[in-house]
Amino acid sequence: MSKDKTLGETLQQRGVSRRSFLKFCATTASMMALPPSMIPVIAATLEKVRRPSVIWLSFQECTGCTESLTRSNSATIEDLIFDTISLDYHHTLQAASGSAAEHAREEAMQENYGNYILVVDGSIPGENNGYSTIAGISNKDMLLEVAAGAAAIVAVGSCAAFGGIPKADPNPTGAVSVAELVKDKPIVSVPGCPPIPAVITGVLVQFLTFGLPELDQLGRPAAFYGKSIHDRCYRRPFYDKGLFAHSFDDEGARKGWCLFKLGCKGPTTYNACAVTKWNDGTSFPIEAGHPCLGCSEPDFWDAGSFYKALSAPTGAIGETAVYAGAAGLIAGAALGATLRARKQSAVKNHERVTIDDLDQES
Amino acid sequence: MTDTEFLLWVRGPAFSAATFIMCAGLVIRFLEIFLLGRKADLAEARGSAAAGGLRTMFTRFIPDAGSFQRSGFTVISGYIFHIGLFIVIFLFVPHIMVFETATGLSWPGLPSNIVDATNVVTMLALLGVLFHRIKDPVMRMLSEFADYLVWFVTFLPLLTGYLAFHRVGLSAPMLIGLHILSVELLMILFPFTKLSHAFTLWMARWYNGAIAGYKGVQS
Amino acid sequence: MSGPSFERGYAALKEEIDAPTAAFFSSCVHCGMCAEACLFFTETRDPKFTPIYKLEPLRKVWKQEYTFWGKLGRALGLSRALTDQDLADWEVLVYDSCTLCGRCSMVCPVGNDIAYMIRKMREGMAAAGHAPAGLIGATKRAVTIGSPMGVKLPALQAQIRHTEKEFDVKVPVDVEGAEYLCLLSSMEIMNFPEFIGAIARIFRQANVSWTLSSEAFEATNSGIQIGVSDIAAELVQRIVDVAEALKVKAVISPECGHAYMAIRWEGPNLVGKPFNFKVVHILELLDELRSQGRLKLRDKEIQKLTYHDPCQISRRGGVIDQPRNLLNMVADNFVEMPETGKMNWCCGAGGGVSSNERADDLRLKTFARKKAQFDAINVDAVVSACSNCRIHLEEGLEEYHMELPLLSLTETIAEHLAEE
Repeated sequence: MSKDKTLGETLQQRGVSRRSFLKFCATTASMMALPPSMIPVIAATLEKVRRPSVIWLSFQECTGCTESLTRSNSATIEDLIFDTISLDYHHTLQAASGSAAEHAREEAMQENYGNYILVVDGSIPGENNGYSTIAGISNKDMLLEVAAGAAAIVAVGSCAAFGGIPKADPNPTGAVSVAELVKDKPIVSVPGCPPIPAVITGVLVQFLTFGLPELDQLGRPAAFYGKSIHDRCYRRPFYDKGLFAHSFDDEGARKGWCLFKLGCKGPTTYNACAVTKWNDGTSFPIEAGHPCLGCSEPDFWDAGSFYKALSAPTGAIGETAVYAGAAGLIAGAALGATLRARKQSAVKNHERVTIDDLDQES
Repeated sequence: MTDTEFLLWVRGPAFSAATFIMCAGLVIRFLEIFLLGRKADLAEARGSAAAGGLRTMFTRFIPDAGSFQRSGFTVISGYIFHIGLFIVIFLFVPHIMVFETATGLSWPGLPSNIVDATNVVTMLALLGVLFHRIKDPVMRMLSEFADYLVWFVTFLPLLTGYLAFHRVGLSAPMLIGLHILSVELLMILFPFTKLSHAFTLWMARWYNGAIAGYKGVQS
Repeated sequence: MSGPSFERGYAALKEEIDAPTAAFFSSCVHCGMCAEACLFFTETRDPKFTPIYKLEPLRKVWKQEYTFWGKLGRALGLSRALTDQDLADWEVLVYDSCTLCGRCSMVCPVGNDIAYMIRKMREGMAAAGHAPAGLIGATKRAVTIGSPMGVKLPALQAQIRHTEKEFDVKVPVDVEGAEYLCLLSSMEIMNFPEFIGAIARIFRQANVSWTLSSEAFEATNSGIQIGVSDIAAELVQRIVDVAEALKVKAVISPECGHAYMAIRWEGPNLVGKPFNFKVVHILELLDELRSQGRLKLRDKEIQKLTYHDPCQISRRGGVIDQPRNLLNMVADNFVEMPETGKMNWCCGAGGGVSSNERADDLRLKTFARKKAQFDAINVDAVVSACSNCRIHLEEGLEEYHMELPLLSLTETIAEHLAEE
């Protein structure tokens, strides 16, 4: 595990050229929208970094976040990451299994108590209701135990950050996010379903280089989640011009027009997809012709249909209007009848006015 | 409550509630008026009441020359903000989606930047209208709290819409949420204030035209 | 219970409110355009004369009796109840500053018929004892004597004798089976008796079978002006009884604005059943005769003339084209006023305003509006078809030291009849 070597020493050992290393630092700097002057700072800091211990807990997750991270074409960068950290526990990537794996975790915790980084993916059943356990330990217990000795926590993926898909209505497991259970540690949320690989690695690098990044209202690093898809979308000119696709594969869709009418959640979704894209910048959902799902936002699964426009109400408005009309007819008829009766009573009780009824008694 | 939860709430139960209140309220208002009834006219008719009523429903949109001269500001600013409201509400694609959800009907919209410009013009017209209401002696005397409240709940969606479109000041979900909330406020007050004139004026114009038409006068 | 009271007034207002009234109050957006259509506002610039404002008490009653929230608000004490003082405060607005001319009803953008509602509001005002003294006096005379000006049969008979002698014409009275029963306004009998001679000559030439009635000759209806339908109905019934007794085919309403409104449009509704005779305005009959070629004229008026539309005959009555047809027949130089026909300006004296001495100053102030119209077209004479308009306009012209003859259309035609 060579935890005592610095990253610089490890890279040298592995034969990674300085040129490759600096290229990585430059890419990371540009992703975080930092000026070129920061590249040497990143390089210098990373070089001296002692590979911190990272414990990666996977709870109610689909493993998509890990897949995203590892399913990458430029393996060098991701491998680089795995060389800069000491990944001491990870269900999918570790060689050990069973009690040996848990033992490795406990050992890492003991040796690095207070200094290790806890990465979490997947949501956690908030009550100890037996829905998800690892080695007989409930997710909640394990999270709290490991979090207690962590220096910081990175909640990767929308499940860990916000509860994600398991939390979707009716939430049978009582799933909650990490932040709902851990209150006394800094938590960096890296949501997305899954998050962009470069964002995951970028956040880790940012954290290692500069410490806790600037976080938004939802605990997300502003560098990657500060702008909405809408504000960086290449189809924005079509939105502004009022040119929209009306259905999948119609004329507008084929012309690459805005997907707002098809339910795109771009305006309220904050992520780097429109800039960084996926598969090393190949494309992202909107470019592929599918409206953004808003997967880096809380409760995106319950935020009304993926295919209902963001401006449209989520309830069955037409039906509501009809019921309201019917209710109005009944109430109005009853009310109108009483008013009519009141008037007719006034008419019936009319007192004839004669010329003797015009003068006031002085 | 997070911004996203707020947006979901205004798009969800709040909108349904506002829709219910507005639709039920308008129907009740209509029946409240209609069921009072009107005595049949026993005088011999000279013209057609129905033709007169139908005619006046539309000709009242055009002021006579004298009124236009004397009340020019009221007429012009009134038309600007009404037409502006129409464009902003019905010809902006994100709004058309709301109507499509409710009715299944949809229609082409205008380019969003044109709607944005119209919004600005409409807001300016409304500000002018408010200024006039406060300064003009007749309007000042006629105006009560409800007039100013109605102005405010009409202006607010335009303002919040502008801010939401330009994504200024707060997070996108909060801006959009506040905009939708301001519309819900307008919807709730619609049947119970003079805003109902949007629907009741058709009745008023009808009765006016019918009464005159019966006597052979085009009002 | 007898005598006026707030309770009776309030009850009357409740009775009067109907669907149109509710639609109107629901639609008013306080735009103030009605003010600029009302000569009482335009010539004084006093905002309280804004037409819709004159209806505030009625609107209060509508709100607290006929709207859910209004009634709830009242029940919870959140709104103030209407009081007798309110009605007293509104007397000047409802009677002195409104002639029921209906110009406001033509310009309201949401379509409110404000004059329609003022007429209704007067029912409540009168029953509560808040009608002007002058109007009350006129109404009492109308009921007890048969004429608001106190004109009795002997006075009419004297005018008839005078007319017959001057024009060598017969004025039939109480002729059963005549085709037309003609009514007369007291104003005509006393101030413009030439009218009697005019119709006598015209009907003789055109061979129209007509008669007056000694029992019910009064056309004016004070009940309409003060706003008491019970009294108005009684006055109309007198005419109905006589028309039926004489078995006439039609009743002619003379040159008086509100008389026409009373008998032609309100009449059957007041007495509760359709008439079994027709009602025509004298101008309608004359125009009919013209179109049938039964009017033979010898020469034309050459002076530059214009026509002042009496509100209750033109805008509120529907007799707009007929006077113009007649004027084009009898005059060579007929010009319209700016804003004419159904949009002409009220003279300022109708609807009981001229019977109300308290309103004299205000009434004369409003004349400035008509003066502006006259000044704009620079005519030699003004023709009209309402004696009340004529007498008030003459008063106004005098006040402003203007020389401008006010002619009756009927008399003008009579003046140009070809000799037999």
